[in-house]
Amino acid sequence: MTDPVFDRRTLLKGGATLLAAAATMSADQLLGYAKAWAQASPWKPEAGAKINLLRWKRFVEAEDTAFMKIVDAFQKANNVTINVSNESYDDIQPKASVAANTGQGLDMVWGLYSLPFLFPSKCTDVSDVADYLAKKCGGWTDSGKTYGMYNGKWIGIPVAATGALINYRVAAAEKAGHKEFPKDLGGFADLVKGLNKNGTPAGMAMGHASGDANTWLYWALWSHGGNLIDKDNKVVINSPETAKSLEYVKGLYDNFIPGTASWNDASNNKAFLAGQLYLTVNGISVYVTAKKENQQIADDMNHAHLPVGTDGKSRELHLGFPILIFNFTKFPQTCKAFTAFMMEPEQFNPWVEAAQGYLSPFLKDYEKNPMWTADPKNTPYRDVAATAMSPAGVGQMGENAAAAIADFVVVDMFANYCTGREDVKTAMSSAERAAKRIFRS
Amino acid sequence: MTTIQMQGQTHSGPSTWQRLRTSRNFIALWFMLPAAAFLILFLAYPLFLGVWMSFTDARIGRAGIFVGLENYEWLWGDSIFWLSVFNTILYTTVASAIKFAVGLYLALLLNRHMPFKAIIRAAVLVPFIVPTVLSAIAFWWIYDAQFSIISWSLIKLGVIHENINFLGDDNWARASVIFANIWRGVPFVAITLLAGLQTVSPSLYEAATLDGATAWQRFRYITYPLLTPIIAVVMTFSVLFTFTDFQLIWALTRGGPVNATHLMATLSYQRGILSGRLGEGAAIATAMIPFLLAAIAISWFGMQRRKWQQGTDND
Repeated sequence: MTDPVFDRRTLLKGGATLLAAAATMSADQLLGYAKAWAQASPWKPEAGAKINLLRWKRFVEAEDTAFMKIVDAFQKANNVTINVSNESYDDIQPKASVAANTGQGLDMVWGLYSLPFLFPSKCTDVSDVADYLAKKCGGWTDSGKTYGMYNGKWIGIPVAATGALINYRVAAAEKAGHKEFPKDLGGFADLVKGLNKNGTPAGMAMGHASGDANTWLYWALWSHGGNLIDKDNKVVINSPETAKSLEYVKGLYDNFIPGTASWNDASNNKAFLAGQLYLTVNGISVYVTAKKENQQIADDMNHAHLPVGTDGKSRELHLGFPILIFNFTKFPQTCKAFTAFMMEPEQFNPWVEAAQGYLSPFLKDYEKNPMWTADPKNTPYRDVAATAMSPAGVGQMGENAAAAIADFVVVDMFANYCTGREDVKTAMSSAERAAKRIFRS
Repeated sequence: MTTIQMQGQTHSGPSTWQRLRTSRNFIALWFMLPAAAFLILFLAYPLFLGVWMSFTDARIGRAGIFVGLENYEWLWGDSIFWLSVFNTILYTTVASAIKFAVGLYLALLLNRHMPFKAIIRAAVLVPFIVPTVLSAIAFWWIYDAQFSIISWSLIKLGVIHENINFLGDDNWARASVIFANIWRGVPFVAITLLAGLQTVSPSLYEAATLDGATAWQRFRYITYPLLTPIIAVVMTFSVLFTFTDFQLIWALTRGGPVNATHLMATLSYQRGILSGRLGEGAAIATAMIPFLLAAIAISWFGMQRRKWQQGTDND
């Protein structure tokens, strides 16, 4: 082997040179590095460990390739097996739930939102991994802590988030009178109205789309001062602030492209890429696909954060991607070592680059990755962690908040009012009734 | 059974054990045990567990405590639950009725002599063979708010001016999912009824024709009465399948728009598995049992009656 083999000493010496080299590491080099890492790591994988890992099915192909490269290097360096299975967004949670309930089948799950909070008692305490990474990578953002910690312990490692931000067509927005993207609620409503008048409508999912509907509707609620629960986890959804947010969203909905009440997570991507939709809230996947398949749309589109709330503060809900280790695994050390390994700069930086903006970091150092600024259209997705709240809002994240978002309590409230099924009062009290039951214990 | 037989015998004969040993019924009991164990393990036990769970506040990952009827009381006052009950009944009634009508018509057509009979009969089964999720995805595109082929064609023909909001409007959405279910379910009804039709002896028709019966009279007084047992069976299954439908709705609408197409099965899944509240999900699933029992009971008692079996007025 002519490639340089990294041993423990070069690793310790490493630092910056290593980081630069990492991006272009060949498989052999990565393996050498992984071996050195394994020697230095505080977690010693169990001999012959076999891990079943379930993850969400990739949206960006290069991201998956980069991830599998990391898995491969870890397997070879530690002589363990990691079986990775992929499931679509919506199937992750049921599968993880079944594993949690039966106590077998899976060792680790890389899931969405607040997955570990659905069954906190089944998650291994990974505080040591979190502390290790914090020391190494510039510390966790506040939102990272809310996404990972439960009662002072880390029950999952928030690997990254995918930002739910505005994707819009620049020319259409300019034609609607907004040269610069509006930063306040009023300007945003005006833009959506203008777009509709010009026949270049906006549209955001209002169906049971776990990603695309929940994210922007929680934002709409919070930006008007409304909350599902207060800081003591008491249900406070039935409030004048919520009523205002309902009216606001109705104003937007009336100017949306028809059919948004039936949209699932894929609908807005399709419509945007077909040139029928001119503004929506989504991850960066639309842009990534456009760059590959429709350069014209890619050139004419941009991203922006959702407008600040009535109090001038920015609060958004993004799709967190936490990884958890079940407490019934036979190989906790291997699982921990792998979690730490994949989030080391040498792995994580190339991975973030491969994901092209789909993975926004919760660890502060990764915001410095040059890919966030190389293309200015990526930059809004860099700051996702800074504006991210958990589905609990100002409350304490826990299984109840996770249950509420999975049962679409907030989405149904907005959709009920916007489609004219219920009036403001009934929509709020139905949501209140449902939420009170979920939060009763 | 064994005990009854033994009581009838005199006590002067061989000992109880000897009689038991030679009793065919006693041996039969042992032969039935494996099957019974199988049924209990895989059918009765899960069912019992589901019903039990509905009386607890179990969540995923931890066993619940007994809460009595609390889940049911909550559902009683839950508008989404009642909406799902309404949707389920509407879905089942409309879809089953149309499936029966279309299926019977199709069966009568297929029963005639025509060229390529075997191929046509096989082709009719296609919707039934295609995996539900695949056909659901096809329908999802057909009903898409932006890319629907139906909307597109009608616009090109100048019939309408904007896309039909197939899955975004309550009534359109209900009609759309019912149509998809009918498309999928008709072959089952048609082929089964066709099998029934072929058991009707042609001599009956010949005799009726000689007597001057019209086509309608032949259907009403020969075909229909002889087909009733099959109809009872086929419709029981059809109703059961439709009532418990899940995949089609889940792939097409997820119960949307705003729960307008949520069936009890999909709501149970959303609350029980996705939201993690197993107790409540189990309660919704358990609430389906009375409806299913009623559907089974109707056809069961119906089939016991001679009127249904032979189509005469003689009970």
